[in-house]
Amino acid sequence: MKPYLREKIPAGFEDIPDTTSYEAGFLVTKNAGWRNVRPVVDTDKCVGCLNCYLYCPDGVIFKKDGKVAVDYDFCKGCGVCKKICKIGAIEMEAEK
Amino acid sequence: MAVNAKTLNETEFFYGHKACAGCGGSLAVRIALKVLGENAFAVLPAGCMSAVGFNFPQLCFGNNAIISTFAGTASMLTGVQAGLKAQGITDFHAVGFAGDGGTADIGLQALSGAIDRNDDILYICYDNEAYMNTGIQKSSLTPFGARTTTTPAGKNIHGNIRPKKNMFEIAAAHGIAYAATASVGYLNDFMRKVEKAKNIKGTKYIHILAPCPTGWGIKTDETVEAAKEVVDCGLWYLAEYENGSFVLNHKPKEFTSIKEYLRKQSRFRHLTDDDIEIIKKSRDAKWEFIYKNFN
Repeated sequence: MKPYLREKIPAGFEDIPDTTSYEAGFLVTKNAGWRNVRPVVDTDKCVGCLNCYLYCPDGVIFKKDGKVAVDYDFCKGCGVCKKICKIGAIEMEAEK
Repeated sequence: MAVNAKTLNETEFFYGHKACAGCGGSLAVRIALKVLGENAFAVLPAGCMSAVGFNFPQLCFGNNAIISTFAGTASMLTGVQAGLKAQGITDFHAVGFAGDGGTADIGLQALSGAIDRNDDILYICYDNEAYMNTGIQKSSLTPFGARTTTTPAGKNIHGNIRPKKNMFEIAAAHGIAYAATASVGYLNDFMRKVEKAKNIKGTKYIHILAPCPTGWGIKTDETVEAAKEVVDCGLWYLAEYENGSFVLNHKPKEFTSIKEYLRKQSRFRHLTDDDIEIIKKSRDAKWEFIYKNFN
């Protein structure tokens, strides 16, 4: 399963496990705040080669309608996708 | 058919982790888990990937994953596969992800023991060429000339004075079922090797070079480029060991410039032309050995 954001964040002692194991894929924070620049995909140029999807260290690029889209909740703005894109369909834009 | 970007499992099993932007190690873990699928049981020793993957309550592995002792990746993998077999579970992949320090220094005897027993495990070493998680200290896989916090570059000594340990051939020298080298710059090659290892019974070892922007002193978007370049300039090679013989998977027609590769990284910025000449000579000697002994 893909790890996903949970609504309830363990806060009190009753929520903290008393063993060394816990539920897999339990996310409570986003990584969006790490970013100064964001990748923007030009879907007119994108040919769906999936190189950016393959080489993303965070796995935040996913397939959508034969092309790709970015999960901005977890993208850190590293820019690997822009460099790997041979046709220049990804631009890095400053976060406002 | 070989697994590629189009046929790769779409589920992400390593997501929301706190690795530095552009981390090569997290890319290796992510892709390996996608090839292995949900039946992978991951073991991670102390190191970057356990530090960024398990920040309770932020738990970034979607499959079963556990932290081992620093030295015990391979021995915990032995225990995991034995435990699963004892429960009658047969459809699983016990996989370990250890860094270069956790493999070539601290975890070497446990790995050697597991290979000796030929336990059914896959051990993946993501090699970022130093102890990055603790603040860039030299490991035995740090290359000659690299500046780390324990091998600083001064007037007399120019960074690390020792060459990189030959971990792939050390694993192969055990007569291991399968061993391979890879690079995050060549993911199709890496995916093919993980897919192959997935279907081999016995101990498998894959050594993947994974640049670290923080420790290497490169920009976050240069990770994949650097991992390509290190192969293209001949300082790393893509090979396999199987049935007692070595196979070279990627023969560069002509090497790209070592100097250009080194100059891009701040850990090598202090190197003189003489130092680079030493690196070039050791590369040429290595390739002479490879052409003589690899198929």
